[in-house]
Amino acid sequence: MSLATINVAPGFKEYLPREYQDLVDNSQFTRERKVSEMGSFKDLVEEHPMCAGCAMTLFIRTAIVGLPAPENTIIIGTAGCGRLVLSQAAIPFIYGNYGDTNAVASGLKRGLSIRFPDQPKDVVVMAGDGGLADIGFSAVMHGWFRKEHFTTVMLDNEVYGNTGGQESGMTQKGMVLKMAPTGKKFEKMDMIGLAKTAGVAYIARVVPTNPTRVAAVIRKAVLIARAVGPAYIQAYTSCNIEYAIPTPKVMDDAKEVEKARYGFTEYFTDEAKAYWEHIEAQRRQAKTSEDTTETAH
Amino acid sequence: MSDAVIEEEVKTNPQGDVITSAPVLETKSKKGAEAQHVVDPETLFFHAPREKTFITGSEAAKEAIRRSNVDIAISYPITPQSETMQQVGYLYAEGYVKDYYRGEEEYGVMSAIAGASRSGVRCLTATAGPGLMRGLEVIASWPGGRLPCVLLVMCRVVNAPLAIQPDNVELSYLLNTGCIVLHAENQQDFFDFPMVAFMVGEKPEVTLPVAVAVDGFFVTHARGWVHLPSADIKLPPRNCYHEAVPMMDNENPPIRIARDAPIQKSNFISYQMHASWQQEIWAAVERSRKWLIRWLGGLIEVVNPGAKIMLVASGAAVSQSREAVRQAQEQGLDVGLIKVKSLRPFPGRELVAALDHAEHIIVPEFNYVGWLAKEVKSVISRTERVMDGPRVFGGMSMPTELIMEKIMSSNGRLPNTHSA
Repeated sequence: MSLATINVAPGFKEYLPREYQDLVDNSQFTRERKVSEMGSFKDLVEEHPMCAGCAMTLFIRTAIVGLPAPENTIIIGTAGCGRLVLSQAAIPFIYGNYGDTNAVASGLKRGLSIRFPDQPKDVVVMAGDGGLADIGFSAVMHGWFRKEHFTTVMLDNEVYGNTGGQESGMTQKGMVLKMAPTGKKFEKMDMIGLAKTAGVAYIARVVPTNPTRVAAVIRKAVLIARAVGPAYIQAYTSCNIEYAIPTPKVMDDAKEVEKARYGFTEYFTDEAKAYWEHIEAQRRQAKTSEDTTETAH
Repeated sequence: MSDAVIEEEVKTNPQGDVITSAPVLETKSKKGAEAQHVVDPETLFFHAPREKTFITGSEAAKEAIRRSNVDIAISYPITPQSETMQQVGYLYAEGYVKDYYRGEEEYGVMSAIAGASRSGVRCLTATAGPGLMRGLEVIASWPGGRLPCVLLVMCRVVNAPLAIQPDNVELSYLLNTGCIVLHAENQQDFFDFPMVAFMVGEKPEVTLPVAVAVDGFFVTHARGWVHLPSADIKLPPRNCYHEAVPMMDNENPPIRIARDAPIQKSNFISYQMHASWQQEIWAAVERSRKWLIRWLGGLIEVVNPGAKIMLVASGAAVSQSREAVRQAQEQGLDVGLIKVKSLRPFPGRELVAALDHAEHIIVPEFNYVGWLAKEVKSVISRTERVMDGPRVFGGMSMPTELIMEKIMSSNGRLPNTHSA
């Protein structure tokens, strides 16, 4: 897709809703945006029905700012809170069956590669811990082992939030939740370790305490998935309802969890590392020549 | 001495087939799909000269796929389907299919097909019995996603005690998904029907997945006469922008095009959306009729129309019924047969017309539940004319004697009311 697709035929623009006009004039579609600019441009996400203070919503908003080519991105989700935001973003969104995300992504990405061999189309899965580590586990693992070229983002709130607070595989041991009436009896699943075992090219664990970092790892993941192989981001996105975190304390909780057990980690395969260094060098070079041009003026 | 020919050791599998490594592709001359040219579907279906071959049902399906311009095929092994999808794997290796892989299991495969179909490419998969059941959650969502694709179903036992034997009870589950469902009688049908399936499912007013069922082993693993057109012609490619819904390829304006709307909110907009969507699926099934009638030569075939005793069958039961009709006629009995080619859309009007005169209707089936008999009863009047069975299941064959017994018993019961 080119930006021409969202532009409006002459004479019709004034009849379109204001929100569409803003997308055409002043959004991520017109140029890359920084997290620090949020609020000054039209978000691709808005009017979501998420709970007040939801950390997942903050994560998703900043993650979308990190997409390197939103006009050529398709997001895939499954049942869970995340899709309530994602389905209202100005990015095509697939909401299929329970736990099917990574299998759908495999077929979609391969089909798009056949139809558009010269135009990268980024496929990004954004689903919860239940959707990916429990019901979608087989498709997640096999997609990784097959080295499919898409990004998987786990919105890890450590609980089935949307169905009302049941234990998931990513819940911490000992937590008392619905369906774990005497406390969860086994450890939180080590999906990062499994991703390494499966040969995932780029892996990151983040907490939305640092929004710039969230956007940066998403960008990195999507570009590496495009060129090298699967990317996996696991984000702590607490459920303030089921874990009874007071709304003003959501970020305090995130900071505590980050410090205690969810610190930022990043892992590259050698190939992904080499590719990323190449991208960084290109970016620096572009910036230098830009600066030189400006000085010349 | 050096001239002595040393016979190379040839490895074979337990069935005696030669085991070779993946075929080496020729790189210089045109190969696979590149050496084929696209023809109008009707040229391929009706007008291109055909040669008579003697091949298995699995090979017939392979030859159909070779000529179907398939972009991506996703496989997962299950008896008796594996034979077909591994043959499709060879087509990929030869360049007739652009992408191919063995998926994780059927839920994953059917989901990947859903993704591939949304990207706008032509896609194929196949399964059997328990695999169909495993994938059914996804298959039942394909029509709602308006996802054209072809699913081959090689019917086998699904219930415990588990067996790999022929039995088509699985089709009773597939009938209410909103997929178009065709039932091939023999190897020739299993060549012709899949190509028709691609073309019908991708029609703008249809835009639906199509399942082509066949009875496992009886057709897939047995040889039969198949008339094949030349291998250097193929169907036109999928034209996804002519279909009923936008593709998920970001070539559309990005705003608010979420096709898979989460409508799980409890409000009237959600109820209305789901209801209208489902109505539209079944309306699209109806709209496929005209194309199926044209390309299958009708949704039913009638042998000996007007007979007092009519058999109604689909799939391999048709072949057995044909022989029973022949034997009955030898004995001077007035027996006819209706072959049901399409289960969805179901040929209700055709059956009403073709059975109007019948005094006894016998529905031989390869399953215990008798789903075809129920379907027939759901459309005709005077349902007491429909006799149960004969039904065989769990791998049993259907000797024509079983059908003849039914014919004889019905004949004995014939009321003397048939006076002109």
